[in-house]
Amino acid sequence: MALWNERYEPVIGLEVHAQLLTESKAFCSCSTHFGADPNSNVCPVCLGMPGVLPVLNHQVVEFLIRVGLATHCSIAPRSIFARKNYFYPDLPKGYQISQYEEPICTNGFVTIETDDGKRKDIGLTRIHMEEDAGKSIHDQDADTLVDVNRCGVPLAEIVTEPDIRSPREAYLYLTKIRQLVRYLEICDGNMEEGSLRCDANVSVRRVGETVLGTKTEIKNLNSFRFVEKALEFEINRQIDLLESGGKVVQETLLWDAGQGVAVPMRSKEEAHDYRYFPDPDLVPVLVNADWIQQAAKALPEGPTGRRDRFVDEYMIPKYDADILTSEKSLADYFEAVVTSLRSKTVENFKLVSNWTMGDVLRVVNTDKVDVAKFPVKPEDLGEMINLIADGTISGKIAKDVFEEMLTSGQSPKAIVKRKGLVQVSDAGAIEQMIDDVLMKNKGQVESYLGGKVQVFGFLVGETMKATKGKANPKIVNELLKKKLESMKP
Amino acid sequence: MKTFETIQTELRAGTTTCERLTGEYLGTIEAGSGLNAFLSVFSEKAVAQARLVDRKLADGTAGKLAGMVVSIKDVICVKDERVTCGSKILEQFISPYNATVVDRLVAEDAIIVGKNNMDEFAMGSSTENSAYGRVKLVQDETRVPGGSSGGSAVAVRAGMATVSLGSDTGGSIRQPASFTGVVGLKPTYGRVSRFGLVAFASSFDSIGSLALTTRDCAQVLNVIAGHDERDSTSAKIPVPDFTSALDKNVIGLRVGIPKEYFGEGLDPDVRTAVEKSIDTLKKNGATVEEVSLPHTEYTIATYYILATAEASSNLARYDGARYGYRAKKARDLAGMYTASRSEGFGSEVKRRIMLGTYVLSAGYYDAYYRKGQKVRRLIQQDFLKAFDSVDCLITPTAPTTAFKAGEKVDDPLTMYLSDIYTTSANLAGIPGISVPFGKDHQGLPIGVQILGRQFDEATILKVADFLESAS
Repeated sequence: MALWNERYEPVIGLEVHAQLLTESKAFCSCSTHFGADPNSNVCPVCLGMPGVLPVLNHQVVEFLIRVGLATHCSIAPRSIFARKNYFYPDLPKGYQISQYEEPICTNGFVTIETDDGKRKDIGLTRIHMEEDAGKSIHDQDADTLVDVNRCGVPLAEIVTEPDIRSPREAYLYLTKIRQLVRYLEICDGNMEEGSLRCDANVSVRRVGETVLGTKTEIKNLNSFRFVEKALEFEINRQIDLLESGGKVVQETLLWDAGQGVAVPMRSKEEAHDYRYFPDPDLVPVLVNADWIQQAAKALPEGPTGRRDRFVDEYMIPKYDADILTSEKSLADYFEAVVTSLRSKTVENFKLVSNWTMGDVLRVVNTDKVDVAKFPVKPEDLGEMINLIADGTISGKIAKDVFEEMLTSGQSPKAIVKRKGLVQVSDAGAIEQMIDDVLMKNKGQVESYLGGKVQVFGFLVGETMKATKGKANPKIVNELLKKKLESMKP
Repeated sequence: MKTFETIQTELRAGTTTCERLTGEYLGTIEAGSGLNAFLSVFSEKAVAQARLVDRKLADGTAGKLAGMVVSIKDVICVKDERVTCGSKILEQFISPYNATVVDRLVAEDAIIVGKNNMDEFAMGSSTENSAYGRVKLVQDETRVPGGSSGGSAVAVRAGMATVSLGSDTGGSIRQPASFTGVVGLKPTYGRVSRFGLVAFASSFDSIGSLALTTRDCAQVLNVIAGHDERDSTSAKIPVPDFTSALDKNVIGLRVGIPKEYFGEGLDPDVRTAVEKSIDTLKKNGATVEEVSLPHTEYTIATYYILATAEASSNLARYDGARYGYRAKKARDLAGMYTASRSEGFGSEVKRRIMLGTYVLSAGYYDAYYRKGQKVRRLIQQDFLKAFDSVDCLITPTAPTTAFKAGEKVDDPLTMYLSDIYTTSANLAGIPGISVPFGKDHQGLPIGVQILGRQFDEATILKVADFLESAS
């Protein structure tokens, strides 16, 4: 590993396939719904029956314009589809409709933040439209089964320049892309389910060298961690090879996650000449300035912009804003809670931030629930925070209320009322309880008056216990201190 | 043999019915089965449809093509019927849907009588390349009817259908029309939806009609033309009533004679007939001038590079994996592909797939495919320039009349030259029509080709109709 920084520099480029969340497929009206019975979302067009023709779903173009604008790409006024020819049983036409010589988006970039807080732009060569192939299922008994539901589902293929310099940067870039496509609501970003897929091109060269080394391509990277691991493996392999006087051979490798190794594909499988040529069944895709302008207007706020706004507008720490804007749904949730605050103060914004990052995220992560479908509605959480802010309940009681909201789905007011959780702030009542506590704990009072100030906490605790936690802790503190001071000789 | 006009008159007069007509056509098909023009015949369905149309005629609700008995080249899909494309690889394939043209014909009450034999996947100029045997010329069974729509041409010539729908990728409607002595119209690329036409070369393929008269072709075009949502390449251009152009008036018409189309290889009898047709037009008020299409010599080469490139990709889907012929003995995937395709395709189809694969291959793409695309644009410009000064072009449809079966099967290049005058229209996307005009010294029909501007079928139909009445 150490060799990297001292003598070798990795050069990495990534190709990400993002499955688009359109209602219907790219070239027919079949549903793109995931998880349907095998071979049920099909028609003569996506089955590649004799005589059928593709007709472009314009939502695909709309989505590409969105991602292109969000990544600072030029949107081509005219782009064309090409056929990528190869034989495979899950590819009914014997070709994939893709874009080759004239893609819709070119020359963009995505900004990542490296671990030392620096910003780095990763250049995008292009983003183009492509239709997905079907799925071959090999692990069922003897035969290979083919499910063509996925055939024709639209993809955006996002191709970087060779700008990435470490597996960590690759990981950060992928995280950024995932966050971006989810923000744009064009892809669910689920790598395990295959809606985000990644191939990596990697080479190494001596530090200071400007010419690129021979690259290899790694496929089958179906998690962000695999990408990082596979790149580490391959970089080390290439360096070892060069160090021992060998040469890197340009080849395609398959990542074997089980063994933690990248294995060369059989040369027969990789010897593809895709024979790209313009698809004569489709007309050029024309995008005029109006369309781009409309799409730009409709473009949702991106994650970075939103984070900066959160820091400005709510004055929460950058750390908080980073976490809150990591997912669009979480940021939406936070802002919905803020909307239902009665008193819009910095303190309350921070309270909302704490609750969202703490309790909400904890449940989201352990129970794997979607924030958009979180059992506690944002307006209810907002109301609960209102109750804390106006002193009706304590922060401690609020924890119980939150748990109750999670399980019962009731409003915080109803819970507080039903369980009698309203905080006691009446000084008279509290004073009486303090007197009782001091009577019962004479020994501790003695030692406090004798200088053992640590006992104060114990006495506060006893008082809270006596009020079943309902006393306003601030008032308890004040009164207790006053009382004890007055008992000093 | 009846034209659609005659049928309409008889139906109006009550001297026949659709049912009786259909019965007669079915009888002719049966009697002429030796010509091998049909691959499937829909006897029962056709009669049922005829009865339905008779009822509609009685009710006064019948469509524009009521009484027209149509056969369909077996490369166009008819729901629940086989679509073999003349190939063994699709022998058992039944289409789950109707081509748009079939929907449109049926909506206007045409009666679909069956599917016609053809060169495999429309690749051929003699209808000898069918997995189901060759089609014979009605006039002389030792000769070929041209191709690839040879079955359609023979069906019309022999009175087995009023009209037949064919496909024309490089002359496949016009050349057989010429050989058999019928009218064959290839409309502008994009005028008629290709949805449901099994693709040979997608940027060249056009669906058109073969009929006894130009008027019948015009009637069919009226119905099948027009934009179709299911075909992105179909044009959103208004469809006129093409029969209204058939006014037998060519006064002031500017006719161009492309000099490159009268060179070496043109049969003298054909030349004489075409010259006579030009004289006829001149005598009746048309002006005639010689024009030049300078890139003509590259036509066949360009066509065979680009069309085979598209075909190699279009025919990839016939791999034995999902439908169609699958070889039995293969042990692995590659073996299954190889065996299924080797056994399922005929030799001409394989030759073109290999040619097309080659011209698209890494290292050859620029030299062949890309260059071919450039030359195609030059050929298109030749026509655009010619149509600046003339309204249509008159040429021979084919260099010869119908040749003997077997005469050219072993010499693909000579066979390809049979399309030398027709492929340019497909390269340029312009409409063309072949109309019978005279006979050679053996009594075999000669066709004259009229080429027009894009989407100006009206002019070429007008000229064809005129020549038809003058011949």
